[in-house]
Amino acid sequence: MHLPIYLDYAATTPVDPRVADKMMEYLAPTGKFGNPASRSHQFGWDAEAAVEEARVSVAALINADPKDIVWTSGATEADNLAIKGVAHFYQKKGKHLITSKTEHKAVLDTCRQLEREGFEVTYLDPEPNGLIDLNKLSDAIRKDTILVSLMHVNNEIGVIADIAAMGELTRSKGVLFHVDAAQSTGKVAIDVDNMQVDLISMSAHKTYGPKGIGALYVRRKPRVRIEPQMHGGGHERGMRSGTLATHQIVGMGEAFRLAKLEMAEEQTRLLALRNRFWDGLKDLEEIYINGDLEHRIAGNLNISFAFVEGESLIMALKELAVSSGSACTSASLEPSYVLRAIGRPDELAHSSIRFSFGRFTTAEEIDYVIPLIRSKINKLRELSPLWDMYKEGIDLNTIKWDSH
Amino acid sequence: MSYGTKVLDHYENPRNVGVLDKDDPNVGTGMVGAPACGDVMRLQIRVNDDGVIEEAKFKTYGCGSAIASSSLLTEWVMGKTLEEAAKIKNTELAEELALPPVKIHCSVLAESAIKAAIKDFQDKQQDTKQ
Repeated sequence: MHLPIYLDYAATTPVDPRVADKMMEYLAPTGKFGNPASRSHQFGWDAEAAVEEARVSVAALINADPKDIVWTSGATEADNLAIKGVAHFYQKKGKHLITSKTEHKAVLDTCRQLEREGFEVTYLDPEPNGLIDLNKLSDAIRKDTILVSLMHVNNEIGVIADIAAMGELTRSKGVLFHVDAAQSTGKVAIDVDNMQVDLISMSAHKTYGPKGIGALYVRRKPRVRIEPQMHGGGHERGMRSGTLATHQIVGMGEAFRLAKLEMAEEQTRLLALRNRFWDGLKDLEEIYINGDLEHRIAGNLNISFAFVEGESLIMALKELAVSSGSACTSASLEPSYVLRAIGRPDELAHSSIRFSFGRFTTAEEIDYVIPLIRSKINKLRELSPLWDMYKEGIDLNTIKWDSH
Repeated sequence: MSYGTKVLDHYENPRNVGVLDKDDPNVGTGMVGAPACGDVMRLQIRVNDDGVIEEAKFKTYGCGSAIASSSLLTEWVMGKTLEEAAKIKNTELAEELALPPVKIHCSVLAESAIKAAIKDFQDKQQDTKQ
């Protein structure tokens, strides 16, 4: 067992060694290093064939036509291209978009930019379990709404949205539907037709592929139009110019091919590991799971340990790699906006830790981690004046704190 | 956040963790911060008849820097008169611990804690005299 133990798979995953091996074939002078856009020689043809094979694999994971896949530099670029691309193309039809307060910053900041350009955006409030109420989504749709953009799986709390129900609604109202699937590929089945989705953002590095590559699914039947955001050589049917990064694309293709093959088995294994983890902690006093436990990916558990501050817990758990919703781990000094949006009080947001498990997590690691967390929680609570007060039966909400 | 060795040392081995009897007339208690802001410090001092702090205890809910700032503070105030202790500046604590700029507020909180503890002690002394 290697220390520190990596439990931050929602931040990024290592590249699967099988994927890395395949990528290596497309780099060196003895490999297939050509430019896939070179039409005049074997080097270009080999690279192009590899890119198209990868496109088939990525499309297969979401049951899409390979022609509908556009390579990007990652999910952030795919989100930008989908949202700005649709907004700019359809702005004569309407200038209203809908998203939610718990989206990734790549969606939220893109929407903010569109607001500066004169678009109007509705930010839906999630329910306390982290999910969006379908009726509230329905009520928010207006005559001038051109796009609904919602995530499939939330990156902090791992809750899974009912994309099929949302897709049925948006399709019936004639509104385009974009889904950020950065956290769901390889974890939850995606079918663009059953789900009636028009655009899907994907990332390789959350699914055991390399960083720096992603894709956007853009439906052609019925046709969805987007205004390109990157201009140049007219690659990717004009939607995204720039020389294709063959080795990265090959990596994403292989990662997604493996994901499709191994998803069912892997999720079952991860769920067993997560249950083992939670069983080892759940009797601790005053701990809370953030987000719905049932509609949630197997690899995520976000827990608030009341009366213990998240950053100091991370320091105490230096043998683990995890992340926190505490302000103290960010530059902004604001606690997690996702936990705030689902109505968690700030003190619980400051006390939250996200554990995310993945392909290389073992039962041995889980068994090592449980007693470690228990002892550190107890140690930090012994150091916490809030724990003393809780034990004395003082309701912390009745105290007048001096906020600073 | 990557910290310097002094913060890590105080965090791993906090000095003078504990509780003094808050009803003791010779004990001053200062509690500052707020749970919603992510840090709460409780600093207690026991003052002898010569006005010298002979014991200091703390408990802190907060990040590594908040814990280290309060731990260091307890070391610094012990043996000092109230007047000397009141002069401790947050910048001195921040400098000693080499706190990064984003963590300066932790040392500000520690300075507020000692001032609050001294005030609590002095208020109690006033009450006893009356």
